[in-house]
Amino acid sequence: MIASIVQQVVVTILTAILVENLVLSKFLGMCPFLGVTQKTSTAAGMGVAVTFVIVVTAGLAWVLNTTLLVPNKMEYLQTMTYILIIAALVQFVETVVRKFVPPLYKALGIYLPLITTNCAVLGVPLLNTSKNYDLGMCLVYSFGAGAGFTLALILFSGVRERMDRADIPATLKGIPSALFAATLVSMSFFGFQGLFQ
Amino acid sequence: MSSHAAPATAAPKPWDIVVAGLIKENPTLKMILGCCPTLAVTTAAGNGLGMGLATASVLMFSNMAISMLRNVIPEKVRIPSYIIIIAGFVTVVMYVLKAWLPELDKALGIYIPLIVANCILLARAEMFAAKYKPLPSFLDGLAMGLGFTLALFSISTVREILGNGTWFGIVLTKNLWTPAVLMILPPGGFFAFGLVITAMNKLTNGKIEAPHCATCSPEDGSCLDLVGAKK
Repeated sequence: MIASIVQQVVVTILTAILVENLVLSKFLGMCPFLGVTQKTSTAAGMGVAVTFVIVVTAGLAWVLNTTLLVPNKMEYLQTMTYILIIAALVQFVETVVRKFVPPLYKALGIYLPLITTNCAVLGVPLLNTSKNYDLGMCLVYSFGAGAGFTLALILFSGVRERMDRADIPATLKGIPSALFAATLVSMSFFGFQGLFQ
Repeated sequence: MSSHAAPATAAPKPWDIVVAGLIKENPTLKMILGCCPTLAVTTAAGNGLGMGLATASVLMFSNMAISMLRNVIPEKVRIPSYIIIIAGFVTVVMYVLKAWLPELDKALGIYIPLIVANCILLARAEMFAAKYKPLPSFLDGLAMGLGFTLALFSISTVREILGNGTWFGIVLTKNLWTPAVLMILPPGGFFAFGLVITAMNKLTNGKIEAPHCATCSPEDGSCLDLVGAKK
């Protein structure tokens, strides 16, 4: 019994990180992927902040969806509810963290406002709803998705730090070269396809 | 913020709005906004076109509604207000697609509700609809939406022809070459987007405009500015 639960948890997390990576195979959270990966330290900070917000919003969205929206046949308000949860929660987290954990605010504070319009944060609750997870699996999957996001950002920032010193033709400088590099990183993750069948 | 200080600013001429939306300030190819759907749903030309038009219809109406309410919405809560207005129109479009185009709705999946988080909509609300009258805002939404559609259509055309040998499902390359399946897989999305942007860069001889959301970098704070958090 316990062994099968553990197995399910491990498989879900590894699938979310490697096989269905949020950034590299679902293309969610492209803006921070292209935007804050110039330095590994910023990439890691953004990754941790996003993971935290994803797990909390996904849990809250699940609770509101199953207790309020579905019993009252108001599923059409899902998108609006989820985006409101995200906007309110980001504000709330920012205020609480600033008041009670100043060092954490100093490290993550600048990333929080950016998260409101991050499609990864909205995408994970929507994916959870479409997969019909229960609360436990929903939290596990959300954590895995956030970890996958963090891993992709950190790996890609490593590639970009090296590209800084490369001699790149003017037409390809900036975004185009970053996209071609992302092609290669995405291709390497493609090797994990079919890991768990 | 200047957006509310001068509500009577004359809007740009209609023709300029159209040229800006389609080419000069193309939201995808020049401003690099809304990358997620650009990469995710462009596996077939039909999907790219459908996603583009769905986003365009949301953008037209959200721009118009936000412009009508621009003098009513308090400055401090404008971003959440814009997001709620946008989410309302997205929900309408989502259910219209579910009712009349169920195959397209299935192919686009969660990327339809994710239009809410597409930075193009928030960027146009902040940069255009909050400053100008409803009609020019509607036109701006239409032009920007069509510019987005144009970009998605060209990227999905490249991907479908190279990756599947078809275009809108019509077989084109039967005896010419074996399609490179990689192009319709995730890595091909990055590659095709990179190719199209490179071509656009070369053709227009210009550098890509200072992107807003793609460089949400804390250092230069362009996106922080958009969400009103800059200290």
